[in-house]
Amino acid sequence: MKYTGKVIKYGDNVDTDVIIPARYLNTSDPRELAAHCMEDLDKTFVGRVQQGDIMVAGYNFGCGSSREHAPIAIKASGIACVVAKSFARIFYRNAINTGLPIVEYSGDIDEGDIIEVDFSAGEIINKTKNTKGTFPPFPPFLQNIISKGGLLNSLKEN
Amino acid sequence: MGMTMTQKILAAHAGKDSVKAGELIMANLDLVLGNDVTSPVAINEFNKAGCDCVFNREKIALVMDHFTPNKDIKAAEQTKRVRDFASAKGITNYFDVGDMGVEHALLPEKGLVVSGDLVIGADSHTCTYGALGAFSTGVGSTDMAAGMAYGKAWFKVPSAIKFNLTGKPAKWVSGKDVILHIIGKIGVDGALYKSMEFSGDGIKYLSMDDRFAICNMAIEAGAKNGIFPVDEVTLDYVRGHSSRQPVVYEADPDAEYDEVYDIDMSALTPTVAFPHLPSNTRVFGEFGDVKIDQVVIGSCTNGRYSDFVEAAKVLKGHKIHKDVRMLIIPATQKIFLQMIESGLTKLFIEAGAAVSTPTCGPCLGGHMGILASGERCVATTNRNFVGRMGHPNSEVYLASPAVAAASAVTGKISHPDEVYKEEN
Repeated sequence: MKYTGKVIKYGDNVDTDVIIPARYLNTSDPRELAAHCMEDLDKTFVGRVQQGDIMVAGYNFGCGSSREHAPIAIKASGIACVVAKSFARIFYRNAINTGLPIVEYSGDIDEGDIIEVDFSAGEIINKTKNTKGTFPPFPPFLQNIISKGGLLNSLKEN
Repeated sequence: MGMTMTQKILAAHAGKDSVKAGELIMANLDLVLGNDVTSPVAINEFNKAGCDCVFNREKIALVMDHFTPNKDIKAAEQTKRVRDFASAKGITNYFDVGDMGVEHALLPEKGLVVSGDLVIGADSHTCTYGALGAFSTGVGSTDMAAGMAYGKAWFKVPSAIKFNLTGKPAKWVSGKDVILHIIGKIGVDGALYKSMEFSGDGIKYLSMDDRFAICNMAIEAGAKNGIFPVDEVTLDYVRGHSSRQPVVYEADPDAEYDEVYDIDMSALTPTVAFPHLPSNTRVFGEFGDVKIDQVVIGSCTNGRYSDFVEAAKVLKGHKIHKDVRMLIIPATQKIFLQMIESGLTKLFIEAGAAVSTPTCGPCLGGHMGILASGERCVATTNRNFVGRMGHPNSEVYLASPAVAAASAVTGKISHPDEVYKEEN
């Protein structure tokens, strides 16, 4: 798995209420959710996000509610993967379970940079800044869930 | 090396003699919970994976509480999907308007969770049941779907932070103030991925409702779960609500903790979390006049009977400020009925409050009390993120029922002592 894209960057403690406000949780349709993604934090997001862009954030990304609508909305908006200094634990699970690639990484990345995230090599290359950093791979247990195409499929095989 | 209380429950449910922090395990579940917002997504996943039967018809609880009574057509369609699923699969613990309640107040009241249980719920505040000495944690809808199909979930065994609670809580200090104080101290990711294990000789002064409020907000410090040891208070509650046998786990004396905090509850004072993080806490004297437009008393944090008794104690003999809308939302039908029978509902209505049927409603900005731009609300709920209760420019201040009631009278965030009239 390798993703190259332009960075859209946010700060610390991006909560699920701003990723997808609860007032839109009367649907679980990915396209409808994507139309309101990040709305309360960044009204420009929906208009400017391009397929394949990479979301970068600070600590505790996805804190708050357990709504799986959050990773669903981010994925459906076109974001290829999320890079954050740390993730809130329910969001972390939900991202793995729903197939939104995520990585914990603290390297220097700015808004608009072009970065390459290589999950096989455990490497992030910042093409704009010409810098490179590494991140640890998922433990085999989680890699198995991802490679089987999600939690339910992996349990089914057992 | 010894195990924490949480680790012991996880080990027992994974069929292991012991587990270590960081270990990934597959554990058997005693209960799987979902609500009207998260269950439709779980049902999609359940069907997509080709699952047919649920693992146990009695070990799934579906509670229609977030947007109910249905706030609009889309919400009505969502509850209908869950209702049809419950009916098709023969799920016994399906709770709809008329017998529903806010899920984390309802499940303990119905006796569906007892000490020693392992519970997952597709709602972040599932951590509430730690008050009963159970391991419970919030997960997403896919985890819920897998739980419904196979009765299992994967966990990374957490390390723990110990909170040694000492002293008798000072006047007007409730479980809510204790947990707000702790979150203010350690931050919204202060317990990320970890257990918050409460102990100490002060816990005997905490009622079940205090403990529910404390464990409920463990997630607001990023924790995987919060948990209290089981004592007579717990066992009295469990025996009074469930016919199931509680299983008591205790932390080993040599259990390791990443950190230990000593909290002297006798030294605490009423605490308020200012916008826009639950960790942004202040005590009275640290802020000036903050005028408010709305007060909400309710939710899975503070919508229990004792919360309304506390609010009524402060409100008695007063009228609500003319510029304030006060919403009283009992968390379950049983609590609502108790409030009617004891005269609390009359007191609230005569003071000028609106009393609602149970719903999560305004807590998450769903319905029943949405804020306009620039409006401020003092709420006994659990989150004050941007836009949580309505317009992104509105503000939520988190506080105890006593502070919320006092604020409703004065029209600004107020200490209960400013309002409370001692009875002769």
